[in-house]
Amino acid sequence: MAYYPGCALEGTGHAYNESTKAVGSALGLKLDEVKDWNCCGAMEVKNIDPKVQTYLSSRVMSIAANEMHAKVVMAPCNGCYHNLKKAEYDLEHDASSRETVARISEKAGHETYQAGQVETIHALDWIKDGVGEEELKRRLKNSLKGLKVANYYGCMYTRPRHIFPEKDKGPGSESTLQPHFMDDLLAAAGAQNVDFPLKTACCGGAHTLSDSDTSTQLVLNILRAAEAAGADVIATECPTCHSGLEMHQVRAEKVLGEKTTVKMLYFTQLLGIALGVAPRKLGVHENVSDGMEVLKKIL
Amino acid sequence: MIHEKSLIRPENLKTHDKLVIDGVDVSGHWSTFIQSRVVTDYNEALQDEIAALPGGEHIHRCWQCGSCTNACTVNAVNPDFNPRFWIYLIRMGMESELLRDKDIIWQCVSCNKCTYACPRDVFPEGVMKATAHWLQLKGHTPKSKSTIFDEVFAEQVIATGKIEEGRTIRGFFARTGQPLMQDWLVEMAKRVARRLPFKQGIAMALAAVFRPRTRKWSKARAALTEYVHEQETRQRKALNLE
Repeated sequence: MAYYPGCALEGTGHAYNESTKAVGSALGLKLDEVKDWNCCGAMEVKNIDPKVQTYLSSRVMSIAANEMHAKVVMAPCNGCYHNLKKAEYDLEHDASSRETVARISEKAGHETYQAGQVETIHALDWIKDGVGEEELKRRLKNSLKGLKVANYYGCMYTRPRHIFPEKDKGPGSESTLQPHFMDDLLAAAGAQNVDFPLKTACCGGAHTLSDSDTSTQLVLNILRAAEAAGADVIATECPTCHSGLEMHQVRAEKVLGEKTTVKMLYFTQLLGIALGVAPRKLGVHENVSDGMEVLKKIL
Repeated sequence: MIHEKSLIRPENLKTHDKLVIDGVDVSGHWSTFIQSRVVTDYNEALQDEIAALPGGEHIHRCWQCGSCTNACTVNAVNPDFNPRFWIYLIRMGMESELLRDKDIIWQCVSCNKCTYACPRDVFPEGVMKATAHWLQLKGHTPKSKSTIFDEVFAEQVIATGKIEEGRTIRGFFARTGQPLMQDWLVEMAKRVARRLPFKQGIAMALAAVFRPRTRKWSKARAALTEYVHEQETRQRKALNLE
């Protein structure tokens, strides 16, 4: 399976990269990193020009399909996952996107990606479909029993609906309105999922630095809702959401005097703990919020 | 509803503490006057101009149901942020009315709740971006901080194929004239540094010096630079800016 970590996982999301790989090896799931990958365009390039973003994402899929002969690309970052999905949709349905991508690809000297060559999945699909809850339960070393978790999915994993044709297909499939794959995996690992109404609320990640006051307010809503639901920790599955929550938790405290104590951990860090991987190998010490404080309860 | 919203504004409501007209006492709120106002500066090309910019293509589909505003993340923080209303103004060509909100339109966070809710596939998120873009191209607003961030980011991606977040953030703060040493950023760095092992600190510092880049990128860089330039020319032409 082709693995597309993306830029954030080499920077602020380093811990997500480490913990994803650690969970993969604990579960016997193999990953081959996409060769010479480039940025997918994140949330910024589309505002300069959407088709540049489509090209950037298509190049990653082209390498996976044509040079690595992979059928599936796994992207743990919601932004990358979303952009590859969106490029896939646009290339399938929009002739002018196909034309632009073909023109740039030719000049850039690589094969043009054709819609349908690969399937893009998220790290949640990778573990849920590749291993499943029953197998996960059999491999548990440290149950997360007693840990109260609010599962936070953010925007890009479920919206807009049309780029995720495999979702909302009834029992077993992911829901765009009430996503549950992370809940399912962490429940299998023994955690107690709290009833969290802001699962797919926006953290203001697009304007983390350019409109910090709005982002701080949006993050504070999420942190307060998680605390009100009784959560010890918010499980995340996106490096932008994760760093947004952590940064603006500090900013809310320093600028607004609004202190919250809920911690943030990537869902792969929580699964890694459950599978007996050492917290250091999962990058728990790299997080801004001190996840060890809550993990002490179960270790 | 929309007409009232656009025409009756607090500054047009006139009440008088003490006023007698033709012997009738009309003091106080019971006889509030509404100052009349006539809109004469319709820009008939407004919808076409927005539709010519990326994201705005489907604005004509809107039937004003209001699902976008109802679902909007930013509207919940600031009720003046009203995508439905702005789409209405654009479609009516009411440019001067739209300009009243010019300084907040860029604040769309791209959460896509509007696009999810829209029954007509207007893609309101794209319309917000196109509108913010239009305001800047026409010179009605300076480049927003968001646009500056997008530009710093896109320039780096096109140049090297990848971004290094530290470099993007430093570039953004420099270009917007903000100090990097903000209280909360310093506090955050302190909290991370407390637990981060020495070895990793070194790795992070190295990444800041030797920027990561995609191999075999030079041809893609040239093709993208050419394409972006082509699009800029096309957009300026569509807005009659040449």
